[in-house]
Amino acid sequence: MSGVHDLGGMRGFGPVRHEPETEEPVFHEKWEGRVFGIVELIGLLGQWSIDKSRYSREQLPPADYLANSYYEKWYAGIRNLLVESGLVTAEELQTGRTSTLVPEQILEKVAHVEQVRAAPFKPSNYVRPASSTPRFSPGDRVRAINRYPDGHTRVPAYVRGHTGTVREHYGSQVYPDLSAQGVDEGRHLYNVRFEGRDLWGKSANVNSAVHVDLWETYLEPAP
Amino acid sequence: MANDHRHDQDRTDPPPDIELRVKALESLLVEKGLVDPEALETLIDLYRDKIGPANGKRVVAHAWADEAFRRWLLEDPNAAIASMGHTGAQGEQMRVVENTDDVHNLVVCTLCSCYPWPLLGLPPVWYKSAPYRAQAVVDPRGVMRQFGTEVAERKEVRVWDSTSEMRYLVLPQRPDGTEGWSEEELMELVTRNAMIGVEEARHPAAEDRGA
Repeated sequence: MSGVHDLGGMRGFGPVRHEPETEEPVFHEKWEGRVFGIVELIGLLGQWSIDKSRYSREQLPPADYLANSYYEKWYAGIRNLLVESGLVTAEELQTGRTSTLVPEQILEKVAHVEQVRAAPFKPSNYVRPASSTPRFSPGDRVRAINRYPDGHTRVPAYVRGHTGTVREHYGSQVYPDLSAQGVDEGRHLYNVRFEGRDLWGKSANVNSAVHVDLWETYLEPAP
Repeated sequence: MANDHRHDQDRTDPPPDIELRVKALESLLVEKGLVDPEALETLIDLYRDKIGPANGKRVVAHAWADEAFRRWLLEDPNAAIASMGHTGAQGEQMRVVENTDDVHNLVVCTLCSCYPWPLLGLPPVWYKSAPYRAQAVVDPRGVMRQFGTEVAERKEVRVWDSTSEMRYLVLPQRPDGTEGWSEEELMELVTRNAMIGVEEARHPAAEDRGA
């Protein structure tokens, strides 16, 4: 989606407010850690993909997306996903009281201490079989196609219509646009290099480039 | 979400009810059996205390001290990092990008907050913030200047926008004057910010080289 989350290249947000590295806590408030933990544990139930999680946060009202803190967005996103997936009803969220039972096959997947302690924590596999041979190779000139889909996508607006060079083929990986809709399919993924001056014109920093990971469907041969 | 309050903009001063609302959600999920409260505590502790930038520092210091490992890390980062045990969620597909005399690398996620958790832990607030995500691609030199980092114009600044499930770690340049240092000593010069790319590794002159 070409939403407010697609921030690359925007101006006017002011300076980066960074805290000294050695003084910054992982969680600034206790509730932030709890939201993080809840989202990760519920994620282990496998009821939705990481792309669907991202999409749920992208769909927050734009003003809320910008105004709310990071873990407030995670909180809002998980609430929406819980209801959408049927794990929790809207009424239960409203009242805070259980009125429906969770199916046994989902309860069986609930992570307990042993699973959380068993390092490494929750690695996923994003590689999927390819349904075609890769269309592009390193060195090819490609253009990011100009499209503004309504659903989830991972092609940032600032590269659309611009030409770059394929640097590496990362194999066939889960395609986010479909994954956010619950369809798990692979597409070839590439790392594409764009010269700063091609993206930003005269506003570009001297001697700068941006490397972006783009799926094959986002690309066409350079004209 | 229609009943939600409009939230205060200041992230350090959350609306007074968010804590209660999170607590209510947690209680509900525990009651429904969807969250094991003990597992929740364990998970929070894990990311607060164990999975953090010390892992990445160890990898960088090892690469500085051992040339064969450095080459392995650049050519097959997943295997090299796995050999040190730092694998897991959000670090499944690593690429290590090396700073040299000609190139300085900087990592961002303009679309959300992608970050190599097993090596750096959870990202700092500024990394996830709109100002960093907006500026890092269009004005990386300006962003680095805000961290006190000036990269010479003859050096290319290469920004990596983490738009897929690939995760990027910057291998900073080993500072001069560190010949013969142990890996433990070298680790002290590696900062989290240097592994994101907004800073260089610390210079030994700025470091009190105590045991």
